[in-house]
Amino acid sequence: MTYNSSDNHESKWEKFFKWVNGEQALDSVWEKELKSKILGKRQKRHKSIEDVIDKINAQSKKIYIFFSIIITVTYIGILLYTAVLLPEHGNELNPTNNEVSQRYVENGVNDTGAVNAVSAMILEYRAFDTFGETVALFASIICVAILLKKDRSNLCPQEEREYIEDEKILNADGNGILKFTSRLIFPIVILYGVYVILNGHISPGGGFSGGAIIGAGLILYSAAYGDKNLKHIVNYNSFSKVVCGCLLVYFFSKGYSFFTGGNHIKSIIPKGTPGNILSGGLILPLNICVGAVVACTIYGFYSYFTKGDI
Amino acid sequence: MVLSHNIAHNIPFLSIFLAIFGGIVTPLINDGQKSRRLHMFLTAVIGLLSLLLLFHVNFNQERFTFVMGHFPSPWGNELKAGPMEAVLSVTFSIVMLLAVGGGKDLIEKDILYEKQSLYYVMLNLLFGSMLALIYTNDIFTGYVFIEINTICSCGVIMCKESGKSMLATIRYIIMSILGSGLILFSIATLYIVTGHLLFTHLKMSIMRLINSGTYDFPLVITAGMFTLGIAVKSALFPFHTMLPGAYETTSVSSSGILSGLVIKSYIIFLIKVYYCVFTLEYLRDIKVTNLIFFMGACGMILGSVMALKERRVLRMLAYSSVAQIGYIYMGIGLGTNIGVTAAMLHIVTHAVTKPMLFICTGRMKDISLEKTANHRLKGIGYKDITAGVGFVVGALSIVGIPLFAGFASKLYLAIASFYSPFKMAVALIMLAISMVLNAMYFIPPVVDIWHTLSDSDANSKIVPKFIPSFNVAVILFIAINFFVGICYNSIFGIFELGIMLIR
Repeated sequence: MTYNSSDNHESKWEKFFKWVNGEQALDSVWEKELKSKILGKRQKRHKSIEDVIDKINAQSKKIYIFFSIIITVTYIGILLYTAVLLPEHGNELNPTNNEVSQRYVENGVNDTGAVNAVSAMILEYRAFDTFGETVALFASIICVAILLKKDRSNLCPQEEREYIEDEKILNADGNGILKFTSRLIFPIVILYGVYVILNGHISPGGGFSGGAIIGAGLILYSAAYGDKNLKHIVNYNSFSKVVCGCLLVYFFSKGYSFFTGGNHIKSIIPKGTPGNILSGGLILPLNICVGAVVACTIYGFYSYFTKGDI
Repeated sequence: MVLSHNIAHNIPFLSIFLAIFGGIVTPLINDGQKSRRLHMFLTAVIGLLSLLLLFHVNFNQERFTFVMGHFPSPWGNELKAGPMEAVLSVTFSIVMLLAVGGGKDLIEKDILYEKQSLYYVMLNLLFGSMLALIYTNDIFTGYVFIEINTICSCGVIMCKESGKSMLATIRYIIMSILGSGLILFSIATLYIVTGHLLFTHLKMSIMRLINSGTYDFPLVITAGMFTLGIAVKSALFPFHTMLPGAYETTSVSSSGILSGLVIKSYIIFLIKVYYCVFTLEYLRDIKVTNLIFFMGACGMILGSVMALKERRVLRMLAYSSVAQIGYIYMGIGLGTNIGVTAAMLHIVTHAVTKPMLFICTGRMKDISLEKTANHRLKGIGYKDITAGVGFVVGALSIVGIPLFAGFASKLYLAIASFYSPFKMAVALIMLAISMVLNAMYFIPPVVDIWHTLSDSDANSKIVPKFIPSFNVAVILFIAINFFVGICYNSIFGIFELGIMLIR
């Protein structure tokens, strides 16, 4: 850098000329900094600059808080005013009481074979959205796995120690009440979850709610007895197989339904007698798939957040 | 069993499902290399299918509806595709393929082996959700896939697992949730006042409401909030703060995909909602277009100014993206069909340029031996000619030099401004200033890259390993850049046709 020695003596025009030619573009800024570092001037300057920056920061923080309050209050005001102008809840002349909800309620049983209109709506009429929701759950558990699954980069000795201590406490004979209660409740919870899933097309419930119940049951069991007893049934391998398998069943069955629907081909899937357990076309298998995915996801979240593994 | 429909009409559905299929089966593979191959194979297949679709819709000049299931609008879900959607899906497939192919070695370096397959799950789902945003004809389906897009973007950013990338992800997720909240609120309000979610019926209901004057204020708020929500999601100035950290800390392929494609997919959805739900005339009447014109114009200038102040090249590229997003919003903000068409062209030109810049920068940073951050890229162009040339081509394209892709869209943005007399002067002045600023912030790194090396420089000792996939990807990127820069008239023509059919 021949021009650095005469850096201070250059006129502004010369500097500009060099900058346009691209000779000094980077060096002019960065070399100066390096130089000042070497000369130790930077620290001196730094202090005075820091004071100024602190002052400015304190001021701008006040302005920032002031404006954020103003913006939030305005936003709340606008939202409340909008809510006041919206149609009254439950009024029969509301725009939402149109041909869409009418068909869902009146023709739902004929169209889909499911008595539960909500299940019919989410798994038959608007099944693509629900497929998206299930994929979103899947994406979120994969994200959590990326973030928390133990590997070289996120192993922490302290956490390991804590985990081993937790295991010791669990293995000791304490927690009698928890263990006894969970032994009592666990089968009932799982059974209820299965019931909610299997009857999703007949009565209120379905894959999402039933899956959440089963997931909660698994969490209860794992909290009371530690994950050792669960490990040979619920591990990463079985977990990924169940989740991906269920999603694939959902994928292919709904893919078939979308393909036939889009091409105006009659679907060969029978709707069954409404009210029977084997009715509702694809809704029952889809509920089972969604239930399994949700249960695994909820237990997976718990497992990753507490132990960093399944 | 006779296919009463045209076979080509299945392509949108197949494309989305193939990409999601890749996402679902990848955890079962559990091997980074195989997952990447599957991802690239599926992307290539989707690209070819989209190309077929493009020929089909362009030849027949049609825009068709594909019912997802047995219940048509307003009861079921629908996809809709025309020339505009087809071009975008072809572009997205090509860019996705090249960005992953070009940066695969860096992905292998940046991401732990055992988590690489999970990374490709994220990429597959990201691609599927972007395609769904391009093709959807349902505002709520759009929202669901916006969510998947957000989750997968965060997954892709934090894959590197460094402290910085975690911070960047937190920032990204906070901003994204803010955007999602606004969008969801507007969709809910829209449903309450219309009772519909599918574009076709939504539009009819809204037309009725506008003509009768009922629910005037909620409609205005809905349009404004939806626009703001998408603006936050797509990092329009002043909501851009999530970008620099995210692009700096993640693997360069991810940065390229995020800046080139993901934030564009939100804008494409916005444009579709503008045309298929609100109509441009209504948005002009309630002055929403003026708002985004103003924010876009500010973004063009201030994004460039921030890029000019930035010394780290990856962060500079991120700020440059902020400026380019400003261009797109300015085009939409002109409030005319030609303005939106020019904005669409800018989406394509920026999508083919930015990922190339990112992977070239990543490659140059990777081979550099210089320890000081300020001189990391010094003279590196001589050591890896492809990366150096790729960076220069990208820079020239962003600046808007004729023959390069960026020129085409800027030319059309300038032409489009003539059709909006009140905004013409501002648009032209902003374009001129921003172009000069673009050139100013790209000169320092380009000069640095092609700085003559002396023996004392650490970078003179580099003996780079030849990576065929990187070279092929960059050469293809350069070829596509020239192709878009030279044949821009035909691409613009397809977009014009697409916009005409969507109206």
